[in-house]
Amino acid sequence: MAEQPAGAPAAPTDATEGDFTFTLNGRPARGRKGEMLIAAAERAGVFIPRFCYHPRMKSVGVCRMCLVEVTGPRGAALQPSCYLEVTEGMEVVTDSPKVKKAQDGVLEFLLVNHPLDCPVCDKGGECPLQDQTLAYGPGESRFVEEKRHFEKPIPISDLVLLDRERCIQCSRCTRFAAEVAGEAQIDFSGRGEMIEVSTFPDEPFSSYFSGNTVQICPVGALTAVPYRFTARPWDLDQVESTCTTCAMGCRVAVQSSANRLTRILGIDSEPVNHGWLCDKGRFAFESVNAEDRITQPMVRRDGELVPTTWSEALDQAAAGLRRAMTDGGPEAIGVLGGARLTNEGAYLWARLAKGVIGTDSVDAQLGDGLPAETVLGLPRATIAEAASAATVVLLCGDLREELPVAFLRLRAAAVDGTTALVELAPQRSALTPLTTSFLQYRPGDVVELARALTGTGGPPQGVDAGALESARQHLGSGDVVVVLGRPSLAEDGAMVAEAAEVLAGLPGVRFLSALRRGNIHGALDMGLAPGVLPGRVGLEEGGAWFERAWGSVPARRGRDCTGILSSAAGAGDDESRVTALVLLGSEPSVDVPDRDLARRGLGGASFVVAVTSSPGEAVDRADVVLPAAEAHERPGTTTNIEGRVSRVAQKLVPPGQAWPDWMIASELARYMGSDMGIDSMAAVWAEIERLAPAYAGITADVLDAPWARDGVVAPFAGAPVSQAAVPLDPIAVPGVESVERQGAPPRAGSAVTPTAGPDGQVTVEQGTGGQGEGRPPVLAGPAGINAPHVAPTDSYSFRLVVGRTLYDGGTAVAMSEALTPLVTSAPLRVNPHDLDDLGITTGDLVRVRTARDSVVVPVAADPGLARKVVATELNVPFGDVTAGDLIDATSPVVELRLETP
Amino acid sequence: MSGHLGPDILARARQLISLYPEPRSALVPLCHLAQEQDGWLRPEAMAEIAELVGVTPAEVQGTASFYDMLHLEPVGTYLVSICTNISCMLDGGLELLEHAEEHLGVGAGGTTPDGKITLEEAECLADCDHAPCVQVNHRYVGAQTPETFDALIEDLRAGRRSDEIPSHGTLIRVRRDGGLRADPEQVASERAAMAEAKARRAAEAAEAAGGEGGS
Ligand code: SF4
Ligand code: SF4
Ligand code: FES
Ligand code: FES
Repeated sequence: MAEQPAGAPAAPTDATEGDFTFTLNGRPARGRKGEMLIAAAERAGVFIPRFCYHPRMKSVGVCRMCLVEVTGPRGAALQPSCYLEVTEGMEVVTDSPKVKKAQDGVLEFLLVNHPLDCPVCDKGGECPLQDQTLAYGPGESRFVEEKRHFEKPIPISDLVLLDRERCIQCSRCTRFAAEVAGEAQIDFSGRGEMIEVSTFPDEPFSSYFSGNTVQICPVGALTAVPYRFTARPWDLDQVESTCTTCAMGCRVAVQSSANRLTRILGIDSEPVNHGWLCDKGRFAFESVNAEDRITQPMVRRDGELVPTTWSEALDQAAAGLRRAMTDGGPEAIGVLGGARLTNEGAYLWARLAKGVIGTDSVDAQLGDGLPAETVLGLPRATIAEAASAATVVLLCGDLREELPVAFLRLRAAAVDGTTALVELAPQRSALTPLTTSFLQYRPGDVVELARALTGTGGPPQGVDAGALESARQHLGSGDVVVVLGRPSLAEDGAMVAEAAEVLAGLPGVRFLSALRRGNIHGALDMGLAPGVLPGRVGLEEGGAWFERAWGSVPARRGRDCTGILSSAAGAGDDESRVTALVLLGSEPSVDVPDRDLARRGLGGASFVVAVTSSPGEAVDRADVVLPAAEAHERPGTTTNIEGRVSRVAQKLVPPGQAWPDWMIASELARYMGSDMGIDSMAAVWAEIERLAPAYAGITADVLDAPWARDGVVAPFAGAPVSQAAVPLDPIAVPGVESVERQGAPPRAGSAVTPTAGPDGQVTVEQGTGGQGEGRPPVLAGPAGINAPHVAPTDSYSFRLVVGRTLYDGGTAVAMSEALTPLVTSAPLRVNPHDLDDLGITTGDLVRVRTARDSVVVPVAADPGLARKVVATELNVPFGDVTAGDLIDATSPVVELRLETP
Repeated sequence: MSGHLGPDILARARQLISLYPEPRSALVPLCHLAQEQDGWLRPEAMAEIAELVGVTPAEVQGTASFYDMLHLEPVGTYLVSICTNISCMLDGGLELLEHAEEHLGVGAGGTTPDGKITLEEAECLADCDHAPCVQVNHRYVGAQTPETFDALIEDLRAGRRSDEIPSHGTLIRVRRDGGLRADPEQVASERAAMAEAKARRAAEAAEAAGGEGGS
């Protein structure tokens, strides 16, 4: 058997699995149909060195490092094991003198032009070229000629640098760009010894996924700007965790040095991210390191925020909240935010708000979401089920902008041709070119469109009849997953929810949420929304159960984000006005689409508590500031779009006096005179498992079980029947050695999904599915949403579409040095014919009049838009304003007029 | 990035694309078309080709940079290639190249300041029996000595060879009318001419053989 490089992962466990037997180094081994020889050998515990082979991409066989001897009709010959399917009876030798000679030769050739950069190369210490040269190389080179030289490094994007002379032409990066991301902005140019990876002039590798190329490059040719020269791999310490930058829940290795985050790497999680990350998730860790974090409790004294002790801050917070309660009852307090919290933090804050204070005016969604009962009640699909469904209906924003890795998963499904995509949207998205039907609707028409699709109504005007017909055929497949989010933030979420509930009438339909905010699904599951209680139960159904446990629950349903802010701003009935706001890591003026409402609400509240880690308008307005620990600074759990509960790990000591959110909630309750009896995070989890029906059975032991490395989907149905853990791409960073150090090799296969038996029945080995033992039932079925009706408009007005862009003015980007420059401004996009009618063209200014405002912004032609529909993105500069200034949360659609200024 | 290729070139590009089941198969022919317009492959042209065949500009650049006959840097009106591969080298190719560099005042790969001549060192041009072999815009001009080379350059500069050697980028000047499928009559007559030439060569060979046999 070939000697493995130091620290190569231990032999995987499923070597006996397979469809047939072949001979490997004289011993029988099992192969699977269609499996590459290199992978079969790896399962059998024989590591074959490689550079170009990556298990998540198509084999190309270009580096020749994986040559092995395979006996064929004409005797044994050297063949690339990454490019040869294993077959029954195949005789393979991986350690013969002939193989050794080939490996020597390949490595000697690869090193001909490779510089002796190791001492100054970021990859040194975790470099597959170093490691495999040591393990398989000749040890000496016969080449004395001059190596090739290049200017070093050249930026291929704002985030990635390229040292061309280090490149070994494995094509992993170019294949990733073309095959996985679908953005071939890098390619080889030149030929022979002049070959180099290059971009087109003035067209940088601007993909949102560029950081993956850095991670999979087997040498130090590609480096990331935020990491370059900041650390040596052997000085790094790492833990496995989950990214909470968006709600996808990609598994990551979090690395730090001297209590500062240095790098985030993707871990291959079969059910979730397949090893990939988006650049925001990879690089937004800089916001955790940011110098201007809020690290001390502060109180406002004579109009000035002054640092103070925790006890004084908690005392003041409790006093202020009690005052508001005395004056206006519990409903005078509104709680906004919660998606940045762990499940434990979210649960305890929900308990504080609903059980201690008694207000149901709590909303983790900031006007950019959907009614909680709809999200929680509709039948669910996992990401894997969506990526393998016959038909996926996209009723959401542009996934590449909102949940980037979900975009990769669905893109792969569509490119493979296994899944038909049907898109319902007012504007095109990155997936539109791959759809089988694109149903472009005018904002406000989404419910009508859903009715037309289910055959319960006629099509709305302007929807393509052919596309509608083809969509209806696909929807009949009986295997339909609807990806449900917000196609436009300028359109009432209730309308989308109603449309979803109409689609719920289709046979065999399931839903995958596309709400994007960090741990929003955990926050909803923990009850941080009006009308729901922890564990996906309704206020009504779960009231008694939680009253027994907590002592009390809110007397009636509370307000959502828009309601809370409008009330605080002074609108509506006076006696139950919201006068005090608790902001849980939220920044209303940035997070809430209707910016004007956010500012009025914040300004109208007489008492504001900001529980936060970053400065901003919320802190500027707050009366009490409570510093919270950020992601990677506290342990806990998080729940992703499919309801998968996984552990987030603590890597850093929180800066200054910052506390984890659960601790803040627990202490504040104490200061408000009510001890929740919680003194550790584990105690919070135990309570969640005991009380929250959808989380029943997900004990700490379950989460720590080796088969639950990728988390478990709530409600918990049971341990998987088979859990093969295969180290995927063992040569990817964190590198051969660091994989061992980490004890957490990139891997696939420990999915915890119930497996259907031959009879189609789901095998449940343990777990209660969230029911029993007197627990209230989890929400199921449509919530019966009745969206406001949209009045038809006159022919002069335009309807506004507001989408999102990955790099926006949100806190994560604003506080990450490398990402901030990537925020671009967004013009108002208009159909070119409408521009002609106005007599203006791309780059000109236009005056936009809405019911309450008038602003002047630049325009750009967008032939992808329907007539009389205009579009832009939230939270990026837009003239002197942002799109949020045009949005009116109280109106179902935003109508506007365009005039030449 | 549309709008760089002229209407005529664009029409031919579309015709070419329609010949292939996959548009991207027309990538290299389209690069030649763009060179015919500009003499070299301008970035604007590559971007437009990318759009036409549905790939990224980086992929067009990647493919184009593989081929010696596609130029990503400006090229003079005349690309003069001197072969220094083995047969030509034995027959003075290297010396001719050296002479050419001196005479033109540019190294191999360079373009004269007047933008007329680009000098190129070439591998075997498949005309070894006329060593040292020289091509101008990929047309054979026969073996050259330093003296004949200088005269050739003077002719080129004065435009005296423009009849037989169109400016760089033009691969063929006589284009079959009516699109890409040739007129069957024309094909038939070409075939007849070829058959005739073949028969003549066979007869000549037979005669020569007969002559030898007779002596
Ligand atoms: S830059 Fe790295 S990943 Fe890309 S081809 Fe070169 S060695 Fe491979
Ligand atoms: S897709 Fe979301 S979870 Fe995954 S890396 Fe990006 S931000 Fe993180
Ligand atoms: S040729 Fe097999 S790994 Fe590169
Ligand atoms: S060696 Fe010069 S043409 Fe063949």
